Amino acid sequence: MSTVANIPPQFEIVDQPLDTQMTISMGPQHPSTHGVLRLELVLDGEMVVKATPDIGYLHTGMEKLFEYRKYQQGIVITDRMDYLNPLGNNLAYVMAVEKLLQLEIPERAQTIRVLFCELQRIASHLVWLGTHALDIGAMTVFFYTFREREKILNLIEAASGGRLTPSYFRIGGLMMDVPAGFERRVQQFLNDFPQAVKEFHTLVSGNRIFQKRTQGIGYISAEDAIDWGLSGPCLRGCGVNVDVRRTNPYSGYETYDFEVPLEQDCDVWARYMVRMREMTESHRIVTQALARLRPGPVKADAPKVVLPDREAMKTHMDALIHHFLIVAEGFDVPAGEVYHQIEASKGELGVYVKSIGGPKPARVHFRGPSFVNLSALPHIAQGEMIADVVAIIGSLDIVLGEIDR
Amino acid sequence: MEQQNPQANISPTESHLDAGRTPSPAATALQREHAEWAVEVVDALDETTIIVPREHIAAACSFLKSAPGLEFNFLSDICGFDRGPEEEPRFEVNYHLFSTTKHHRVRLKVLLDEQDPHVPSVTGVWRTANWHERETFDLFGVIFDGHPDLRRILLPDDWQGHALRKDFPLRGYEPYSLE
Repeated sequence: MSTVANIPPQFEIVDQPLDTQMTISMGPQHPSTHGVLRLELVLDGEMVVKATPDIGYLHTGMEKLFEYRKYQQGIVITDRMDYLNPLGNNLAYVMAVEKLLQLEIPERAQTIRVLFCELQRIASHLVWLGTHALDIGAMTVFFYTFREREKILNLIEAASGGRLTPSYFRIGGLMMDVPAGFERRVQQFLNDFPQAVKEFHTLVSGNRIFQKRTQGIGYISAEDAIDWGLSGPCLRGCGVNVDVRRTNPYSGYETYDFEVPLEQDCDVWARYMVRMREMTESHRIVTQALARLRPGPVKADAPKVVLPDREAMKTHMDALIHHFLIVAEGFDVPAGEVYHQIEASKGELGVYVKSIGGPKPARVHFRGPSFVNLSALPHIAQGEMIADVVAIIGSLDIVLGEIDR
Repeated sequence: MEQQNPQANISPTESHLDAGRTPSPAATALQREHAEWAVEVVDALDETTIIVPREHIAAACSFLKSAPGLEFNFLSDICGFDRGPEEEPRFEVNYHLFSTTKHHRVRLKVLLDEQDPHVPSVTGVWRTANWHERETFDLFGVIFDGHPDLRRILLPDDWQGHALRKDFPLRGYEPYSLE
């Protein structure tokens, strides 16, 4: 009841729930759906009764395309899946093929792979942080995170020539060694980054509006999270200690000293904190990888699979022949099937590669972490306010390129 | 100074999967408890593949999920494979299982005929199977019996054919139009 005296009765505010449910379509051109996700929301007032994601707007048949391309050509396709974490996709794919080929990767190549994957994880988390805060209403954070991300993209560009689609990891090693002076540039970034993380914490973590918008929102229990197949920061935000870098280490991750951040709150805030702490841990891993870099080969000793150096091609006949054969005909991969999983920035990225011999794969399937994390959205969003759905989508950190493939 | 780290040079071919080392605990347990559920066990490339008859897949999954010492409580992935129209059985459905407590992995495989591509749904075991099965249905036409909401997921509802089948042309039969 209004406390103001002379309000006519027809304008009095009555706290009465709506009897009718309303169905609205959110997206696919909605800025906070991070791409072209459409949600069909059944609302009771402002409360979400049912959320149904509708995906496929970005489907380009990538998995079909793999079957028509040679193994090495597939690397380019992986860049375009999770376009915020292209090096992670490269790594998952090339490691699966390397497993089929039983290739031994030189230590320097493995270290550089780890270094770049962790830089890419930071870059991916920076985009997440900027857009997540933007969705919730804090516009400024975006500019700060993209400033830092630009530095990482410059490093990736220096090594690979591409900023967003590097295709830097190749079957058997790397495209080429890092350029001269690269270590100094990484060190420069490493020196500056802790200050940047402090800034983000000041901007976001201490922000009372952000806290109110995220704490207690989007709850999913640990059992449900496992049942729904959540992985990565979403799962660790529920206190489940699973990180593929620890449980099934690859590329030498078992030799690095880092923590797996865990939070127990199971809400948007917990997932936020896990990612913020992961950036610091990735910084630690990059520091260790940088200190570990020793001169050495960056390509495996497998002339029938790995492209020769340009110099060798000019002086050695067999190098020229191998180059021609790899480019023109590809290389045969023995029959078999592998499922290789890595810890991408969004969770467990699994690649299933099946070979029946020949230069083209019979089947390549990507288990995109975003795909699985998004499938839990109806469960998480049920009973939440419509404004919080935006916060929940942000906390799941989805990329539609990977979901629709 | 050359840094000597004995573990640093581990190649990706050396797997750390417990389930990959023979004999795989999942395969042994499955064969001991229900021999008819594991037709064939393949150990290759440090991964274990158990071929399960399709009528037992849901029961086998539910057994592997709850069996003490195995605890495959996490379904990583389901993906289909088409061996080609001339092959029989034509389709494979692969289930990649993971345990968040034991950290081991296993792959279950179901083989299906072209005429009868039906397989029981495992959505009752893990709810995450929902979208994986919809994707496999969409792209291969494998029908998951008992699935709560078996619709196309990536392609439009009125799409003709199943795009990842080997006899489906790369560019489709005709340009797709929204009209």
